[in-house]
Amino acid sequence: MFKLFEPNKIFSITSKAPKYVLLLFIIVLSVGLTEALILSPEDYKQSHSVRIMYVHVPAAWITLGIFSAITLLSVLGYIIKIKNFFLIAKSLAPSGFVFNIVALVTGSIWGKPTWGTWWAWDARITSMLILALFYGMYLLSWRIYENKEKVFKITSIITILGIINVPIIKYSVDWWNTLHQPASINIFTKSSIHTSMLFPLLIMTAAFALFSLLIFLMKYNTELIKIKNKGLDRL
Amino acid sequence: MINEIFLMNGYGVYVWSSFLFTLLSFLSLYVVINIQYVKEKNKFISKFGNLNSERAASAKLQNINKEILSNSSNI
Repeated sequence: MFKLFEPNKIFSITSKAPKYVLLLFIIVLSVGLTEALILSPEDYKQSHSVRIMYVHVPAAWITLGIFSAITLLSVLGYIIKIKNFFLIAKSLAPSGFVFNIVALVTGSIWGKPTWGTWWAWDARITSMLILALFYGMYLLSWRIYENKEKVFKITSIITILGIINVPIIKYSVDWWNTLHQPASINIFTKSSIHTSMLFPLLIMTAAFALFSLLIFLMKYNTELIKIKNKGLDRL
Repeated sequence: MINEIFLMNGYGVYVWSSFLFTLLSFLSLYVVINIQYVKEKNKFISKFGNLNSERAASAKLQNINKEILSNSSNI
């Protein structure tokens, strides 16, 4: 089964997929932006500033999802000794990091009209900043260390330490008294968000997920070609 | 209508700057990753071009090498 993850087999798919994913991303993003900026209603309390939610929340969801995936791939790669898992994890990291920065910056911009401040050392915001630091350390490790075994070990340790922060981010609004509002959407219970706002939020989430898929495919192809370049040197 | 979309009851500057920052971040990341991809691919093509016929034939036995050479689009 793990033969399916062999780079030679994957590349024939990943090399052709980006142009279709890019096209789909542009279509979904266009619909999402129209919904988020024009068609969705303003909030009775927050007025139009609520529209920031349509970029802030999907970015936060996806950065958390990507970090969890990176951790799972790194740990599995280390246990089952499949190097391609590390390559997939490495290719996911750039978009995860950018989504983390987007979540922090848009959250800060949203904070000004809502809380009257750009920044607060509140549990949710601080834990998201810590996640960005873990992303930074993970990406830097790949740049600093040349030895593959060493970089696999170090990046696995970073992700294992970083994943402890993920449930802290999720439950920080319940565990501590924070400026940040509690979750409005819950898979298991009824969400407190109206469908007129939930619909654009889900479309924007789909657009952001497509963008991270696009970046992942491009980065993964780049990494595979880099390996092949080294292979040509050895011929 | 146009005024409402741009000014948004005074929240326009916050909303538009958030969306603009997000889209600019996406564009920057896409450009950076695409530059890296094109650079590695060009390096591969130039290295492949410098191989002698025997080595090129041996390298071409690998499907992935054939794929890299055949896929000439930028993304």
